[in-house]
Amino acid sequence: MTALQSYTLRLGDDCLILSHRLAEWTTRAPELEEDVALANIALDLLGQARMLLSYAGSFDGRSEDDLAYLRDEREFVNCQLAELENGDFAHTIARLLCFSTYQLALYRRLTDSADATLAAVAAKGVKEVAYHRDHAEHWTRRLGDGTAESHRRMQAGLAAVWPYTHELFIPDDVEQRLPGIAVDPGSLRPEWESFIDGVLTGATLERPADDGWRPRGGRHGVHTEAMGFLLAEFQYLHRAHPGARW
Amino acid sequence: MSGLPLWEVFVRARRGLSHTHVGSLHAADAQMALRNARDLYTRRSEGVSIWVVPAAEITASSPDEKEPFFDPAADKVYRHPTFYDIPAEVEQL
Amino acid sequence: METSPQEQFDALIAADQRIEPRDWMPEAYRKSLIRQIAQHAHSEIIGMQPEGNWITRAPSLRRKAILLAKVQDEAGHGLYLYSAAETLGVDREELLDALHAGRQRYSSIFNYPTLTWADMGAIGWLVDGAAIVNQVPICRCSYGPYARAMVRICKEESFHQRQGFEILHTLSHGTPAQHAMAQDAVNRWWWPSLMMFGPPDDASPHSAQSMAWKVKRHSNDELRQRFVDMTVPQSKVLGLTLPDPDLRLNAETGHYEFGEIDWSEFKEVLAGNGPCNRQRIEHRRAAHSAGDWVREAAMAYAAKQRAKGAAA
Repeated sequence: MTALQSYTLRLGDDCLILSHRLAEWTTRAPELEEDVALANIALDLLGQARMLLSYAGSFDGRSEDDLAYLRDEREFVNCQLAELENGDFAHTIARLLCFSTYQLALYRRLTDSADATLAAVAAKGVKEVAYHRDHAEHWTRRLGDGTAESHRRMQAGLAAVWPYTHELFIPDDVEQRLPGIAVDPGSLRPEWESFIDGVLTGATLERPADDGWRPRGGRHGVHTEAMGFLLAEFQYLHRAHPGARW
Repeated sequence: MSGLPLWEVFVRARRGLSHTHVGSLHAADAQMALRNARDLYTRRSEGVSIWVVPAAEITASSPDEKEPFFDPAADKVYRHPTFYDIPAEVEQL
Repeated sequence: METSPQEQFDALIAADQRIEPRDWMPEAYRKSLIRQIAQHAHSEIIGMQPEGNWITRAPSLRRKAILLAKVQDEAGHGLYLYSAAETLGVDREELLDALHAGRQRYSSIFNYPTLTWADMGAIGWLVDGAAIVNQVPICRCSYGPYARAMVRICKEESFHQRQGFEILHTLSHGTPAQHAMAQDAVNRWWWPSLMMFGPPDDASPHSAQSMAWKVKRHSNDELRQRFVDMTVPQSKVLGLTLPDPDLRLNAETGHYEFGEIDWSEFKEVLAGNGPCNRQRIEHRRAAHSAGDWVREAAMAYAAKQRAKGAAA
């Protein structure tokens, strides 16, 4: 697999898996308006995933569905943050805040990529992800500075997802082999921290302490145990009818 | 949702048109109302302008209403408001 | 000579004009509309569940996106309808309480389970098809906000039925297993779809008043016949049969005759004994109550912001 294909798959899998998690909120959101809002975000991410997976598949004759439904657990290269179970609404918002802030910073730089397809996906994605981040920021403020219970839950949600954010910024040889095309994830960290800190302060929340536990491995196909269950549900019908059209 | 105020939503679908009333929604504050309106009434199309106005802030009149049938809260948008604060001494409501 | 409010109301109805929220209206009209619009809204919201079931298992990314968009539309439609009901002086929270407590209903079709992917096709083709036949006339109902909500809904609904038909067409012409899946789904959803139009009009107590108020524009039987006539030819294009041995075209009338509907099944489902009644309501109640702390937080935050604004 070329570095470009690997890199594109990482971007695409992040979108695909997070979209799936957000779609799980359908009929379960805390208010109907939020059902609509989360579905919007899930649809945006799914759209980005489809473009990225189609592009990644074009390198070796695989379709978006081949990649989404026929790869095994160890072949997915999304960050672990994306695959975490949704938890309560505060957990979901905490994860969305962390991920969207990262993704917006990433896409903004990716619009300058020497690869035309990645640049185009990023250009379209920037507008969508700005809205996702805004939505997450909005709710972070309301939950952080709402009631004692919402504050407690939001703090807990942040603590739960925080260890998984470190993986987002680890550079490795895939990006290094794509100068001018890929974005160095390490370069995104200062901006990410600064934005998140601003939101948390405004929301009367504390940044979780870095206790040294920094899970990683998603970029190399080493996932949490949640991933297997996610893929079982995601893939089973397609796999049950090999070669069928839907 | 009880306790959450009602907002009326006006959308200008395209440059050159004026805002038209498209419906209502409940939200805790103006920022949420605007975001909900965007998701619900425009699915975030480009170039769309949205106004959200608390329903209680709108003053209304109907030209063919006859005087004897006006009631004290008659200048409100809805005849049967449960989400306005009606003064206790007004009985008919 | 001055006309009374009742006379004004009657004149508007007779002239096929719209009644608007600020108009005087008979209390019975208001109550009946609240009930009908609320139950329509509840149907949209509950209807999200049987289809929502299959979003995480959709067998292609394109189907996943379409299904997610469809279910999202249904949430939106519910919201438009709750808004319309609220113009009549009721709060959404009251309506949700009534739903959770079983005092208000939703369309009984959603008490059936979605057992296979093909059910997504059957629901889109048959259930949405029947809903459209029911809904288009309501775009001309006498109450303005309800009629306008329906216009908006019908515009958005146009793709719902098409996507269901497309799913079934693909399955029917796919592998033998897929064809069987499609036929099985149609066999389960056909009769309940016919029941969506309600009992025959002589057994329907509210029909006459509803027609007089121009809220209901056609009879149950008329609409049911319209649906059958529209759907049977479509089934032939799909290459699927409908589970009714008595279905035949009457060459004289140009309408399809169909078999006896089992109204006892309808009554049972309506009474709460369908396969999914308890589950649907419990799911809704649980989601609502799980969201209590979120809604409280939003209100608390808004109050704090207002206090800050006042203090500034």
